[in-house]
Amino acid sequence: MKKLTINDSTTSWQLADKIREISGENINTCMQCGTCSAVCPMFQQSGSPPRLVMALAQLGLEDQLADQRIYKVCASCLYCGVRCPRGIDVPRVMEALRQITLRQNIDMIHPAQIPEADMRELPTIALVAAFRKLTA
Amino acid sequence: MATSYYPGCTLKTKARNLEVAALESASVLGLELVELPRWNCCGAVYSLADDNLLNLLAPVRVLIRALEQGNDKLVTICSMCYNTLARANRMMREDLEKRHTINGFMDEEPDYAGEIQVVHYLDFLRDELGWAELRKRVTNPLQGLKVAPYYGCTLTRPYEISLDPRPEAPTIMSDFLEALGATPTDFPHSTTCCGSYQVLADPQSALASAENVLGSAISSSADILALSCPLCEYNLGLRQRDLPTDIPTIFFSQLLAMALGLGADLCHFELNQVNTRKLLRERDFPLP
Repeated sequence: MKKLTINDSTTSWQLADKIREISGENINTCMQCGTCSAVCPMFQQSGSPPRLVMALAQLGLEDQLADQRIYKVCASCLYCGVRCPRGIDVPRVMEALRQITLRQNIDMIHPAQIPEADMRELPTIALVAAFRKLTA
Repeated sequence: MATSYYPGCTLKTKARNLEVAALESASVLGLELVELPRWNCCGAVYSLADDNLLNLLAPVRVLIRALEQGNDKLVTICSMCYNTLARANRMMREDLEKRHTINGFMDEEPDYAGEIQVVHYLDFLRDELGWAELRKRVTNPLQGLKVAPYYGCTLTRPYEISLDPRPEAPTIMSDFLEALGATPTDFPHSTTCCGSYQVLADPQSALASAENVLGSAISSSADILALSCPLCEYNLGLRQRDLPTDIPTIFFSQLLAMALGLGADLCHFELNQVNTRKLLRERDFPLP
């Protein structure tokens, strides 16, 4: 387990505010029960638990958040959101984190790198959805 | 009375098998669906960012087109279109501030306040016809066919737009399958995500999620998996070539057309997986 340093130089309160502003959710009410991680279909493969992202977001730990993969591989299936006992719409927090990256003009998917064969057989909704969610 | 119908982009291309079978079945059942004369892409996903209203313009425009047709309902068949349109509609109905901003921005369009009701083909069938009546209209009951009903994320979440009043344990698809004479095999992962659009960005994670769903369906001893989303069909159907599982997949509308005795050519089985056609041939369902 990586050591966490929490002090004024590692914490960005502006980031925590930004997450609150874009998501419209009060992330401070998360009590770390882990229900979101338990139901997340992407947690096991990505090795990045939504619960940890919630804790890092509360503290505005920018560098640690950047290392997490879950908000990049989140498919917005909304399972965590409907199950959260605190009523936090967790998928909105993941969206806020994606938006913070995308709004710096950093794409999470590059159309030119998608194999041509896949492009030919993928349903249109897959392309529209992925480009909407993962490109700036 | 005719009801407006929104097809969406994929039903006109990769998922013709979903659309044609559904529309022909509706016509046989006396449910008149009229495609919107003008429509655009719904955007496929609903924006979750509180400050992003731009992504809502596409679905709201579709809802305005439906309002212009003078019907109070808009039927969709694709799960993703249903989810996006129903959520955009709910937002326009309930969030006065966002409604005002969007109506003001689209000043060339008439104002919209969520007057239309967005429904999916399955709840349209349940509410307009009813399962008992559907059962009577079935001419070729799908006897002995064990079908796993798959809802995915978009038909039941968020709960406010769920097709089923019990989104935690939905039965609408099982009720539909029972009316067709098939045997539904409920399975624990029927509302787990198939990996969705992440199949483009992170195929490994997306297909692991798909494998989880498929494994659960196979454990329920199903012969085939019933779906209503073209993207689920891609991840759970076509992309099974990358997975160790081997279970046929079919759209719910194709099962409906089969049970109503419609010509197999209408079902466009050539767009389904090879193992789907193989299973139907083994069970003596007519194929073109």
